[in-house]
Amino acid sequence: MVNSTPRGPTQKSGWQGLVSDLASDQRAFKNVPWGKAMMWIFLLSDIFIFACFLVGYMTVRISTTEPWPDASEVFALHIGSRNVPLLLIAIMTFILISSSGTMALAVKFGYEKNRRATATLLILTALLGASFVGMQAFEWTKLIGEGVRPWGNPWGAAQFGASFFLITGFHGTHVSIGVIFLIIMSIKVLRGSLETGRPGFLTGRKGRYEMVETLGLYWHFVDLVWVFIFAFFYLW
Amino acid sequence: MGEREYDASSYVPPAEVGEMELVHPKTFIGKYIWSQDAKVIAIQYVITATSIGLVALVLSLLMRLQLGFPNSLTLIDPSSYLQYVTMHGMIMVIYLLTALFLGGFGNYLIPLMCGARDMAFPYLNMLSYWVYLVSVLLLVVGFFLPGGSTGAGWTLYPPQAINPGTPGVDGGIILMLVSLAAFIIGFTMGGLNYVVTVLQARTRGMTLMRLPLTVWGIFMATVMALLAFPALLVAALMMLLDRLLGTSFFMPGMLSMGELSSHEGGSPLLFQHLFWFFGHPEVYIVALPAFGIVSDLIATHARKNIFGYRMMVWAIIIIGALSFVVWAHHMYVSGMNPYFGFLFATTTLVIAVPTAIKVYNWVLTLWRGNIHFTVPMLFAIGFLFTFVNGGLSGLFLGNVTVDVPLSDTYFVVGHFHMVMAVAPILVIFGAIYHWYPKVTGRMLNDTLGKIHFWVTFLGTYAIYYPMHFIGLEGVPRRYYAYGETTFISDSVQALNAGITIAAFIVAIAQVLFLFNLVWSYFRGRESGPNPWQANTLEWQTPHTPPRHGNFGEELPAVYRWPYDYSVPGAKHDFIPQNVPPEEVEYEESSKSGGRA
Repeated sequence: MVNSTPRGPTQKSGWQGLVSDLASDQRAFKNVPWGKAMMWIFLLSDIFIFACFLVGYMTVRISTTEPWPDASEVFALHIGSRNVPLLLIAIMTFILISSSGTMALAVKFGYEKNRRATATLLILTALLGASFVGMQAFEWTKLIGEGVRPWGNPWGAAQFGASFFLITGFHGTHVSIGVIFLIIMSIKVLRGSLETGRPGFLTGRKGRYEMVETLGLYWHFVDLVWVFIFAFFYLW
Repeated sequence: MGEREYDASSYVPPAEVGEMELVHPKTFIGKYIWSQDAKVIAIQYVITATSIGLVALVLSLLMRLQLGFPNSLTLIDPSSYLQYVTMHGMIMVIYLLTALFLGGFGNYLIPLMCGARDMAFPYLNMLSYWVYLVSVLLLVVGFFLPGGSTGAGWTLYPPQAINPGTPGVDGGIILMLVSLAAFIIGFTMGGLNYVVTVLQARTRGMTLMRLPLTVWGIFMATVMALLAFPALLVAALMMLLDRLLGTSFFMPGMLSMGELSSHEGGSPLLFQHLFWFFGHPEVYIVALPAFGIVSDLIATHARKNIFGYRMMVWAIIIIGALSFVVWAHHMYVSGMNPYFGFLFATTTLVIAVPTAIKVYNWVLTLWRGNIHFTVPMLFAIGFLFTFVNGGLSGLFLGNVTVDVPLSDTYFVVGHFHMVMAVAPILVIFGAIYHWYPKVTGRMLNDTLGKIHFWVTFLGTYAIYYPMHFIGLEGVPRRYYAYGETTFISDSVQALNAGITIAAFIVAIAQVLFLFNLVWSYFRGRESGPNPWQANTLEWQTPHTPPRHGNFGEELPAVYRWPYDYSVPGAKHDFIPQNVPPEEVEYEESSKSGGRA
């Protein structure tokens, strides 16, 4: 009658095996540090925020009776004598996606304990992120100069400006926060805090190279979200 | 000995993670104010939530005064009545119940019951409380603004929430929305902690299927909150922009007070969808911790293993998942596509299945148990009554055709107070009577507790039962006064007066409870480490109250599930989780009959 729970390799297969693995002793996700688990769950929550934003945007876009401004005209850059549609945004997207590449390399060199390469790549990622935010600021200035406001614009539905500023602003805030943390992390790496286990300034807890990967998760997420915002705002 | 659910083994795997880094503060401020100890943070949460909850209680009494004895108090005018309605609902649902269950009980019980030294991220945990405190303070400031706090109803439906003419439209609504956003940020910090601690920081031998149901309930509620609050955050931000910048997310073009408003083309229905995508899971965010806690109270005080543990766990998970696809049953009269009503009525009724499983399992746990009518047990049984009552009226409201005439009547008020106000509050009381000895080392006074229970429990019925009848007459809720209304019979006024008197009596009983809390802290009987002879890990700590780090030198190892009560043949009627099978004492006579 005593059900001596089987130990060692899982004996169940399929869904039951998955469930008993997840429910197993001490940790549901083996070899996942706490910080990384926390970041994944936070990102799940953040996905819901962006999803709600985008669903809200789609709803107001569909339900408004006014015409929606034409993206390829509104977001065009005037170069020479012709309008090049989506030029700026293509550059911005390229930069942000590239920064995901440098971030991934930073994580790799972090685990190899290559301090200089990690720090350099983190700073490079931060620079790419900052230039993205800078270009976004330029785009906002240009649109504001053309008369786009959250409560109206010259070309059609007022919700265009409202959702554009809200959603790209919210995303830009994410990027800016990421840049700040990238700078902090690169300082930590340069000082060698992650090797000596020097206590953090605020939390008083030891740093580890896993933190670089956790920050990387956040950064990749911010890039991924941008792909969706790009598709829904600039291509629709 | 029949076939029973039983899980014990003498093998405990080695520790997978090293010891947790704890910051031991030396100063008073470090220990009790800027504390990173989950137990202290829990108490901070409980004190803050209870204080703001008392404000909401007073607001409800003011409302009852107006309804029972109209115009007896000049202080209450129509717009302040609406403000009371709004703030009472908002505070009770979010700032009291959510904060108390997750921030209070979650913080105290998760590390102790999982066998962890603290939450996974103590610093973040501390921030969580302080951001919560800021959100409460913002809420309180709203009361003192010119124009007062918002009177839009706790659902804050646009367009009226930010339209001129609604109380608090100048400042109250802005502070309300900012406060909600702050609450969500603070909660997210705490919630990440609870989830990671349950998933990744359990002690040796503690599999997920050996967790007490309390932890399961709080865990699932936290996961839901992390996924549901984003919708409220988005809705709050959008409405904030509508109010401050004149955007039109939710605001349609309309005539307001004879003038064409500056808004154009927004969708009020979008707000309702966002709000209820948060709002319905919120009901279960409050209910699931109550489900979990009541399971432990019933098993402990009936000295019997919980019936169908696995089923209980899966029911919690299924309820959590289903509660994300039922939200539009709050919107049958909103003007959304009628086919939605059919879809959401179906999912709503499906959710009754796992809920009914839970209720049956509680009753079957009581069946032939060795029931001790202690105060926590009384509250747990009280919960079963109010919850079943509220759940049954939920079946009425879940069906579109029945709901339409009952929408926005007192039937709805009666229903949701029964099921998500009184039922969880009874569990909170039961839980406080149950765990107070662990928190303070002293028992709460039994006589005062029993008076508190009976007055509260019977008072609840005196308050909310008549509301169902009033609602069936079609009396709408949130009205300051009814004036000359032909369809409302005269007896409604008498019922309303009776409800008000009952409400005041129940409120006095709560004063008794608060007195008991304070008095017992100084004069209560010493409880010892395990007064209820319970199995879960928090009762096995070397110190009572547990010190920072919870378990002294060495963390406990877990050998069994938490419900080994009245095991046949065993000498004592409880076997704590950290007792290995070979150390269990058996009665002489039945030694051969015991398990190997």
